[in-house]
Amino acid sequence: MKSDKSYENFVFPRWTNLLRPAAVVAVLGGLGYVTVLVWLGFSPHAVEVGYQPVQPVPYSHAIHVGQLGIDCRYCHSTVEISAEAAIPPTQTCMNCHSSVRTTSEKLLPIRESYATGMPVEWIRVHDLPDYVFFNHSAHVVRGVGCVSCHGRIDTMEEVYKVKPLSMGWCLDCHRNPEEHLRPVEFVTAMDWVPEKDQLKLGAELRQIHNINPPQDCNACHR
Amino acid sequence: MTTRTADLSYLNNTTDDPVGRPPLVLGGRTFGDVTNTVCGIVENPRTPPLWYVFFGLSLSLLGVLGAMIAYLIFTGIGVWGLQSPVGWGWAIVNFVFWVGIGHAGTLISAILFLLRQKWRTSINRFAEAMTIFAVACAGIFPAIHVGRVWVVYWLFPIPNQMSMWPNFRSPLLWDVFAVSTYATVSLLFWYMGMIPDLATIRDRAKHPVRKIAYGILALGWRSSNRHWHRFESAYLLLAALATPLVLSVHSVVSFDFAVSIIPGWHTTIFPPYFVAGAIFSGFAMVVTLIIPTRAIFKLEEIITLRHLENMAKIMLATGMMVGLAYSTEFFMAWYSGNAYEGFTFLNRGFGPYAWAYWIMVSCNVIVPQLFWVKKFRTNVVLLWIASILINVGMWFERFVIVVSSLSRDFLPSSWGYYSPTFVDVLTFVGSFGLFFTLFLLFLRFGPMIGMAEVKGVMPEAHHGRGAHGDYHGDVPTDRDGMIPVKAKREVVQ
Repeated sequence: MKSDKSYENFVFPRWTNLLRPAAVVAVLGGLGYVTVLVWLGFSPHAVEVGYQPVQPVPYSHAIHVGQLGIDCRYCHSTVEISAEAAIPPTQTCMNCHSSVRTTSEKLLPIRESYATGMPVEWIRVHDLPDYVFFNHSAHVVRGVGCVSCHGRIDTMEEVYKVKPLSMGWCLDCHRNPEEHLRPVEFVTAMDWVPEKDQLKLGAELRQIHNINPPQDCNACHR
Repeated sequence: MTTRTADLSYLNNTTDDPVGRPPLVLGGRTFGDVTNTVCGIVENPRTPPLWYVFFGLSLSLLGVLGAMIAYLIFTGIGVWGLQSPVGWGWAIVNFVFWVGIGHAGTLISAILFLLRQKWRTSINRFAEAMTIFAVACAGIFPAIHVGRVWVVYWLFPIPNQMSMWPNFRSPLLWDVFAVSTYATVSLLFWYMGMIPDLATIRDRAKHPVRKIAYGILALGWRSSNRHWHRFESAYLLLAALATPLVLSVHSVVSFDFAVSIIPGWHTTIFPPYFVAGAIFSGFAMVVTLIIPTRAIFKLEEIITLRHLENMAKIMLATGMMVGLAYSTEFFMAWYSGNAYEGFTFLNRGFGPYAWAYWIMVSCNVIVPQLFWVKKFRTNVVLLWIASILINVGMWFERFVIVVSSLSRDFLPSSWGYYSPTFVDVLTFVGSFGLFFTLFLLFLRFGPMIGMAEVKGVMPEAHHGRGAHGDYHGDVPTDRDGMIPVKAKREVVQ
């Protein structure tokens, strides 16, 4: 073979045959890896759900809502009339805490805030991007329960995110609102369960309230 | 190789002889001469100084393109001259311009192949390379014109957490598929056609790096009969696949306009009008590039005057089609009786953009009329100047369509006048930097002429020198894919 000069030219050595299956594996495996990585790893289910910032005051929803049974609207008073569900001012806390646990160390920032007039700097848990317009009142007065988006707040010591709040997640409900509609009087109830089939009830409520959730871009991105 | 004589009249093969076809390779060249000439350019250890000059210039322009794109991305789309009502400016003009240029390459390599036009062999590689690089330039503009380039993947139907899906009713999405299909098929066609020639360069290479580099590029090609058999089948299939693309891609590009309701865009003649214009501009670009190249690399015997003359004829034909489209548009504007349509075309010819309109008409309709005369078709310098003017005219055609229609639509209160900014201008100029950088690299390192195919149309490829009744059995070939003289003799006997 060596005497024949034409074989001195480069041709692929025999071991390179291994590269063919290797390339197929690398390409398919790489594609699969990237797909799974992006699908599971970058998904809002992975990067958003469970977000629980440390708040300046360890306010326990479990105590206030779960044990004491305070309605959501006592503090988040604008939720039915405004786009924003207001974060309560310090005065709301002091309605009770001027006489309850007045010496608690945990409540020191609240009393300071009350004395100085500087609001407590709560950290927002459910923070949508600035290009999204979400209106609480539009949802609450039609019977979308607080629990549908915020989860069982009444069992949380400190609030964390339970839903991804991604666009796809919003659209899931806008496309099939029946799954999440309840009688308006129960919107703030954390442990409400439908008495009959949710889909049937949802369809009825949808008809009563004439609910046609928009799916165009302009609905949320104005 | 025959020595060059002072008498260069042998280079003129444009006279038709009713007895036999004129040769497509001149100077009495053999297969070996063709290989030596084409490979010699790639193998020349000393890069011509002129190449460095052009390459340096192109690379600088490429830098300008990069800088302008970076500036655009970091600052925002406002750095361009876009203002209401003209929301599509130079970016779309440049996109259509570059995509159109690509079409000549595909026409030459696919349609002329299926039509058995043998003269295509000398220019098809060159034109295909031009196609690839033009499509690369074209691809930049739609990608950057979205403003937020980091979400450009939204153009593709990829499942995502936003449940967002491209709008399949939008011609802009059809465009994404048309152009990406076109780029893929063109790239495959170009590369596959190059494999036998890359193998030739590999086999002649002396330096180990070159041996391995071209060896990898040649994908183990050994010129066996089986290789050739499969190559020819695959080439035919790809040609058949690429042929509809010549018509479809620019038709889809024209839908970007025709599917909208803007007067001046909303016309049914747009697809054929755009395709004719694309081929027109593409051939003009091939001629613009090939005339200096054949002079610098002394390829007048392979890329002959007859090739140039044929391209001039195609430019004449497609230029007339474009001219017909211009006049049809005017006629329909009047004949339809539609006030907006009528206004739009009067505005084109005599409004604020009349200067652009008449540049377009002069370059695209009047200039090609020269090619009725054989003396002009075979005058290389004149042909080159005319081809550049046609390139200019075809850019202005897209400018007129995009800008003049948008600047004055239905509502006079929203009329405006569009002016580009320096960023618009330098981005376009920079795209030529990308084009020429890629092109010059190809000229230096790639087989710019399809050697194997050129050999196929030489008389030596046919036993008995061009006579019919060729022997088509299995003939042992040497590593250049040539039939050795000895074997040929045996076959003939």
